[in-house]
Amino acid sequence: MTSTLEFQPLRLPERVQQLRLEVRAFIQSEIDAGVFNPDDPETDWEIHRQFARKVAARGWIGMTWPKQYGGQERSFLDRYVVNEEMLVHNAPNTVYFTADRQSGPTLIRYASERIKSEVLPKIIAGEACFCIGMSEPDSGSDLFAAKCKATRSEGGWRINGTKIWTTNAHQSNYMIGIFRTSAPTTENRRHGLTSFLVDMKAPGITCNLIDQMSGIRDFNEVVFDDVFLPDDQLIGEVDGAWKQATTELAYERSGPERFLETFAVLRNLVGLAGNSADQRLGEAIGRLVAELHSLRRMSVSVAGMLEAGREPTAEAAIVKDLGTIWEQDLPQRVRDAIAFLPADEAFDRFDEVLQFTTRIAPKLTIQGGTTEILRGVIARGLGLR
Amino acid sequence: MQVDTIVLDSAERLFQDVADIQSVVSAKNTSWKEKLWSGIEENGLNIAAVPECLGGAEIGLQSALGILRIAGRMALSAPLAETILAGWMLGAAGLTAPTGKIAFGPARFGDGIFMKLDGTVSGRASHLPFASECSHAVLLVQGHQGLSVVLVPLADAQITSRQSLAYEPLDHVTFKDVQPVASAAAPAGFDKDTALLMGAAARSMQIAGAMEKILAITMDYATQRKAFERTISKFQAVQHGIAQLAGEVAVSLSAAESAAEALDSLLGAGRGFDDPELQLEVMSAKIRVSTAIRKGAAIAHQLHGAIGVTNEHILHRLTLRGLAWRDDYGNESQWSEKLGTLICGRGAEALWPLLSTR
Repeated sequence: MTSTLEFQPLRLPERVQQLRLEVRAFIQSEIDAGVFNPDDPETDWEIHRQFARKVAARGWIGMTWPKQYGGQERSFLDRYVVNEEMLVHNAPNTVYFTADRQSGPTLIRYASERIKSEVLPKIIAGEACFCIGMSEPDSGSDLFAAKCKATRSEGGWRINGTKIWTTNAHQSNYMIGIFRTSAPTTENRRHGLTSFLVDMKAPGITCNLIDQMSGIRDFNEVVFDDVFLPDDQLIGEVDGAWKQATTELAYERSGPERFLETFAVLRNLVGLAGNSADQRLGEAIGRLVAELHSLRRMSVSVAGMLEAGREPTAEAAIVKDLGTIWEQDLPQRVRDAIAFLPADEAFDRFDEVLQFTTRIAPKLTIQGGTTEILRGVIARGLGLR
Repeated sequence: MQVDTIVLDSAERLFQDVADIQSVVSAKNTSWKEKLWSGIEENGLNIAAVPECLGGAEIGLQSALGILRIAGRMALSAPLAETILAGWMLGAAGLTAPTGKIAFGPARFGDGIFMKLDGTVSGRASHLPFASECSHAVLLVQGHQGLSVVLVPLADAQITSRQSLAYEPLDHVTFKDVQPVASAAAPAGFDKDTALLMGAAARSMQIAGAMEKILAITMDYATQRKAFERTISKFQAVQHGIAQLAGEVAVSLSAAESAAEALDSLLGAGRGFDDPELQLEVMSAKIRVSTAIRKGAAIAHQLHGAIGVTNEHILHRLTLRGLAWRDDYGNESQWSEKLGTLICGRGAEALWPLLSTR
């Protein structure tokens, strides 16, 4: 058996880097105008909404999508750099982030024509926020055990049950959720799940917010009480959601959001160190930067594979596994690095960023596929399963 | 620049034919070493990075470093990286490379080697890889007029032999008024750490290559070995160990290849060794790959069990070399400190623009 891991050292093309500079200039003007603070993630939803419209006006949402639905058919690398700049500056991109990354592409591939022509332009305009209905109470990462049901009804389907850990469900216009339409078979545990587009304003939906230890309030429990979905909100094949979900995962797993979530703490550490870093602090910073650079180069390489039409499932899972563990560990290692610094005013300002990052860190290796799931995916990619 | 796959394929065939890792482990003597070196010279691998006008193969730095990834896969015990870099540095300074094995240095931070006004070289190169097996050394030395590239005969130097972690020559070499065979002013764009940085790029490729092979043999072993009535690769704990090993291999390959490409394209575009983008690429590779081999070797040994620590098994040739190579041409702590100083000196707001240049 031989491993076939290969990561071409892709260099982003000049025109893509030019786009990066445009995005960066836009972000800087927003920061300068006091719209948001890159060290303190924005929680005011109204700011997120306005920001989405501004980004939409520049044509940076759904930019890779077909022209017939309002997209520009630009390259995946264009989207990559826009995304990178937004993330690294903690831009208030919540309204469109999920839709742009995965919900839109799923609709393009599997949704009915009516849904595509109605919903995709709204996403592109920055007007449609999406959430992902996957996890359920009592089953967590075990998606095959999902119980939230969709049953046939006159002209459509009725949904009953509960989803949980649904990020931003309370603010979303739509959910793409997977629901139980028939029982799994003994041969195929993956059978019987179906994907639907849910209008979050439909009668019978209740979102209950769940507070997190970080102070963030974006998790929800979503309760469905006989919610009606018309037939054409079915996405893809009845009972075949699992196959559809896996093809999108490489995009979700290999992006810069898998190692940049806690970047603010590293940037601020460099600021705190200034020109007076001693050998110990200098070494710590150099090591962290080297590791981040290495992760990013691997992620860019996977972006190149996706752009070339390949399906780098194991490679993408590796990026997420290494990336999320790194960004999770970052605050702890930064804490080690600053252990001997005096507790002055600058230190205390820095410590606020560090505290916040430390509080969000545990979540990073859980969301979007846990470490344990990813290692299984990698093992399968290597042919061990 | 395109990677020269013809050269890489012929290197792989040669290494397999004369220095196959299992045959080397089982060999009763070291006669394979001479066959290997004559094969290297017949194939022109030693002069891979020497310009054509000086009689070299000039396949480009990325491809030349690519040879070293393959050498790493075979845990090749020969001063091939050193000779390739020596040829490259001589060529860059307009000097012709001799045949035979050539050491390349300095290989450690803090070594002081100087050229006096009379052109002789004095000082000490500590932990110079393979010095006792080489006829010459190419050194980047400090002179009164700046940096010089010198080719010195090692017969005129004092060599104190010692061994690396992997039982390879890693010698102390003292020069006292040694007359170089050839010397020239270092090319524009060189700085005092240029030999170390080039060595770091080479060692990163060698370690990444060793990691690839470590993963391959660990997967082979885990899919054949049975324990507790099951093939051990079916245990989730074993699968997760291999998945982590694969992650370390992946990031090593990516980082080392990225650094090689960066060296080739940035130097080719006329940038110097003080270029932050170039420094970030190469330093990061050596730092990250060195961390990876530590974790990767530990996982591979754990999964192999006792057989992996026996002399007759090939695993140690890969793990010990990979671990030993961390210390050549700047270890990960030293490069981290250098990189940290570079980053802090540029300021917090310059960090992301630098990281996102490629």
